[in-house]
Parts: sequence; structure tokens; C-alpha cells
Amino acid sequence: MTETLRQINERRRHVTGGIGERWRALPKWQRAIGILAFVGFLYYLPLLGIPGLTWFRTDSIPQGNNWAGVLFLCAIYVLVAFGLNIVIGLAGLLDLGYVGFFAVGAYSVALFGSTQSPVVEGLQNRFGLSQDWAVAWAICLPLAILLTMISGVLLGWPTLRLRGDYLAIVTLGFGEIIRIIARNSDWTGGPQGIAAIPGPQGAPSPDNEIFGLIDAKPWYWLVLSVVILMVFAVRRLENSRVGRAWLAIREDEDAAAVMGVSGFKFKLWAFAMGAALGGLSGFLFASRGGFIEPTQFSAQLSILFVAMVVAGGAGNMAGVALGAFLLAYLPERFRDFSQYRTLVFGAALVLVMLFAPQGLIPSRRRARELKDRAKEAPANV
Amino acid sequence: MSDTEDLVSLPESEAPTRTDLLVVDHVTLRFGGVVALDDVSFEVRRGEILGLIGPNGAGKTTCFNAMTGVYRPTSGEVRFDGDRVSGRKPHQINRLGIARTFQNIRLFPEMTALENVMVGTDSQHFTSVPGALFRLYRKRPKPEELPVVDSHNGLVRAWQQTRLVFAKVFGISRHTLEERAGEQKALALLRFVGIADRANELARNLPYGYQRRLEIARALATEPKLLCLDEPAAGFNPAEKEQLLKLIRDIRDKGYTVLLIEHDMRLVMGVTDRIVVLEFGKKIAEGTPAEVRDNPKVIAAYLGVPADAS
Repeated sequence: MTETLRQINERRRHVTGGIGERWRALPKWQRAIGILAFVGFLYYLPLLGIPGLTWFRTDSIPQGNNWAGVLFLCAIYVLVAFGLNIVIGLAGLLDLGYVGFFAVGAYSVALFGSTQSPVVEGLQNRFGLSQDWAVAWAICLPLAILLTMISGVLLGWPTLRLRGDYLAIVTLGFGEIIRIIARNSDWTGGPQGIAAIPGPQGAPSPDNEIFGLIDAKPWYWLVLSVVILMVFAVRRLENSRVGRAWLAIREDEDAAAVMGVSGFKFKLWAFAMGAALGGLSGFLFASRGGFIEPTQFSAQLSILFVAMVVAGGAGNMAGVALGAFLLAYLPERFRDFSQYRTLVFGAALVLVMLFAPQGLIPSRRRARELKDRAKEAPANV
Repeated sequence: MSDTEDLVSLPESEAPTRTDLLVVDHVTLRFGGVVALDDVSFEVRRGEILGLIGPNGAGKTTCFNAMTGVYRPTSGEVRFDGDRVSGRKPHQINRLGIARTFQNIRLFPEMTALENVMVGTDSQHFTSVPGALFRLYRKRPKPEELPVVDSHNGLVRAWQQTRLVFAKVFGISRHTLEERAGEQKALALLRFVGIADRANELARNLPYGYQRRLEIARALATEPKLLCLDEPAAGFNPAEKEQLLKLIRDIRDKGYTVLLIEHDMRLVMGVTDRIVVLEFGKKIAEGTPAEVRDNPKVIAAYLGVPADAS
């Protein structure tokens, strides 16, 4: 049994490794065309009607969920995975309370953007504003990012002196604290949650033609665009002094410090940037749903986020995106097995860890494409 | 070649003058009841290669750790260029101008050789997360910094020209310029220590000798005034040791001061200007290699005292 599995895995490694090599060997313009085609396909995905491929739609099964809605959730999770990848994959800090940032982002738009939130009602009474006043969606966006960054720094400042498992436990506690505060405070709406959270077109109402409650396609396209933007942003960070410092800290924190890298400063940046991405996805998630409540942000979700990053390939953006997509999509497509869902899920994760311990697409440090690289070689032989 | 070589040298202002760079002033270090260092005093002068030797367990690495801020002396102090070393964080000590290598190699295994060295240039960067993300601080580029237009393919050439015009109109971000400078410097250093041919390989895949050299290049990238090498020749064969000797001399000639901890007496005798000998946490001798070699205490420490002599 194990022997067969090992053989299958060998063949898989042979085939997939070959794909990676061949892809990198292509000329730049061919890769650009390939990427553009892929992105175009991603935008087309919610309309998917190609015969044969319709099998992949989640509404092709009885009681299947809305296909665009599932895609929207996948995209949200990809965004979360990008953020958590900065913290776990690049800086090497195990964060088990990432859902806390997701919740902070969601609650910032809910508390400031919804006319039904206690915070907005308080502001209305205090300043004598009308009953339908609330902070605009477009202002809630930077506000949500700012608040999550602040919460990231507040969590990081006292805890980043801890390492490894100790840090994981503290962050796990942080995620729970956020959820419990949200559940037990009056100003967060308590267990009832908050409704009437606005989208780009304002509070949910039948007049919202594009970003409404029923059609999820525009929401998916919105989040997909944000994801693509963030690919560029995170790549800029990765290929900079900051990304190198993160990797160095992950590899050997003491050696990095002796080389003049301030570990604390960059770990705090990692937390802040990871938190900002988590907050952004929480913000979009809450805008789409129009309603949030504390039970949506359980510790189980944190574990799912970590599983997405680890199974996909910590440190590799394509890997974590694939991991996030699969972990969000597969349970929806294979609802028939819903009784065994967690069992299959756990077994799949164990298999991934056994046969691809570095994740489905392991991180591979790309060689710097130096123009004078060819000239380097003979200089010193 | 010569213009890139200059990247390796220390700036002119650091030209060697015969003054004390690092002073170890009556340092005592106790761990509970164990006295690891007992009232040790010596100094490292600018531009010299100082050897720190002694038998196993003599306190060489402890002394080294006290100097680089890993341990705080129980009494006495270490001064570097007039500043107290103890009490600062490791990265602050590096920014004072002390760089070191490790006895057991500690590279960043999953990063390429070039990236390892570029980590060393970290303190020369001023842009951080906002600078890397938004790249708003732009500088008017010098002519040699402009993008080159050299392709014969019409499409590519048009793209290169667009980039050229863009760089001329909007300038180039400080982040980009710093990245390029760091990359050039790292390459020059890799060339200097002789491993530029494998710049793009992961550090963990490099052969042992390359890893040792890579550590030296990474330490040099921090532009240290004092380079501390902790047993750089451990595990080398005679031919490799000979190359290392040459490299250490080259480093000194570039304007760096070197502190060398070493087991191998022949290597130390061949390269150092002065030697400090430790035994059981005490300094037992100091002087030129010839003086130290003839010192009876040193001979006793290394060869043991004959039974009838004591």
C-alpha cells in the first residue's frame, strides 16, 4: 500500500517538477501570454459553461451552492492565505489566531458603515446626525486596513519576543479574545451581530444593481481584482530588503541580528502587513454578506487558514493560493460526502504532509535574473 | 573590473591609522562559579590582523562572544571605537562596525548565495515597507543608471525605450537604486571571495569551502570596521588553508581590521601581525608571532609542561 503510494508520489513529483522547469524555461513574453490567458480564465470562471467543465461547478450537484458565491469565498480565502503567508511562510512566525485580524476587518466596516451598529448610532446621537448617516464604504476601506494594522502591532509588540510554540499559543488566545469581545460587548452588537453592512453601492437594498445580495459575480470579480493587485504588492515586498530580512529571520534569527537585521522591527512589519491583508479580506467578506456575527470567526477558521498555507506550500504565493482554493472549493463540490467531510479533509491533509511536506507547490527561491550573469561564471574559475 | 573591485574596499575615511579600534578592558566573565574569563585585557589596532589563540576551552569563543555582545561581562568593559559594546542589541553592535562569522557555519540555507550577502547590506538601505510598496521617493538617475536600449527586436526595443523615457521623466525610485547597489555590492563581494560562479545557488547546496567563504562575504557586506573570524579554517585541507590565508591578507589590504580565532598554529603564525594567547580564561602572552612562538608559557600551554620542570 505505502509502496504504491510512494511510487505514485514519485511519478507526481517527476511530472509536476517537469512542468515547473519547462514553465521557467519559456521566454518571458510567452510566460506573460500564459499568465494573461490564465487571468482571463479566472475572470470567466463564474460564467463557466464549457461542456465537460461544467462538472466542476458547485451547482452541478443537487443542493449545490451558488457557483459564483463559492468562487467569491475562494477568492476571499486566497487573500487571507496571502496575508498569512507573509507571517508564516516568509517571516516564519506561527500565527494561530489569524481569524482575529479577519474579524477586526469585518467588524470595522460593520461598526462604522452600518446604520444599525451601536457605534454609528452613538455617533448619530452625539453629533445630532440623521438616522441614515454612516461612514461611507470607501472610507471604511482604509479605516479597516488601518485598524487591523494597529491590532497587528498591538498583538506583536508584547508577544514577538516569544518564539515558536509560545508565540502560536499567544496568537491563538488573541483570536479567541477578539471573538469573545465581539460576542460579549454591547458596542459590537453582541451575539446578534450587525446587519445592513454596506457595499460599494451603500447599504444593502433592492436598488443595488451591481453589488447586490443575490448576484455574487460582481463581488467575485471585485475580490479577484484585489487579489491580483495584492500579488503585485506582496511580490514587491518579497523582492526587497524587507522580504530578504523576513527570510533571514525565518532561517536563523540570531545570525540575521548579527548581520545588522533588526529582528523585532521586521517581525512587527510582518505582523502588520499580514494583518492588513487579513483585515482587507474580512472587510470584503463582511461587505458581501451584509451581516456578521461572532460565531463566524471561530478558532476553527484560524486552523483552516493555517492549513491552507501549510498544505499549499508556505512561502510560495502560487502554492498558498492553490491551497486556499482547494480547501474552500473541494468541500463545496463534494457535498455528497458531507457526512465524512471532516474525515476526508483530515486524511487529505495528512497525505499532503506525508508526501509533500513542503506543500503542494513548494517555495523555490527564484534565481535572480541578472543580465551579466553569463559574464560572471568565467571570472573566477 | 577595477570599478567593481572598489565596492569591496572600505571608504577612504576609514583609512587605517595605528590607533586602538577595539579595547578589551579588564574583562571578567563568570558563569556561576566558573570563571570563563579572568581579567583579560588587550586591544585590536586599526588595520592589523590580530590572532586570538589558545588550547581547547581556553575561553577564545567566550571572549569573542563578550566582544560581540552575546555575553555581558561580569566586570570590566569592551569599548569599540570609543563606544561601549555591552548592553547593546546584536544588530546595533553590527551597526557600530563589528561583523563576525560563526565557528559552526550559520548561513540562511534556503536563500541563494547572492541573497545571503544582500542580507548583509541591510543597514545600507533606507527604504522599508512603504518605500518598497509605493516607490514614491524618486531620484533623477545618473546616466549610467538609466535603462539600456540594446535589443534588435522591434517590440522589445520599443518597450526598452518606453522604460527609458519613463525613467527620464519620473526618475527612478530610491528603493530600486538601493536594490541595485546592494546587488552590485554583493556580486563584487562574491567575486572577491571567489565564489561568484555559484551566486544563484541555494546556500545549503554549496560545498563546505564555499559556505565558509560565503559567510565571510556576508560579514563584509555589513561594511564592518572590524571583521571577526571564528575558526574560519576548521575542516580545511592544507591547500584550502593556503587560499584562505591569501583571502585574509586581501581583506586586510582592503582596509579592514581582522580578528582571527584559530586553532591551527601554522595558519595563525603565517598571517597575523600580533597574537594574544589565552589559557584557562587568562591572557598568558601577547606579541608578534615570533615572540609568542618562543614564549615558554605558550610552549607549556600547547605542549604541556615536562613532569620534572614543575
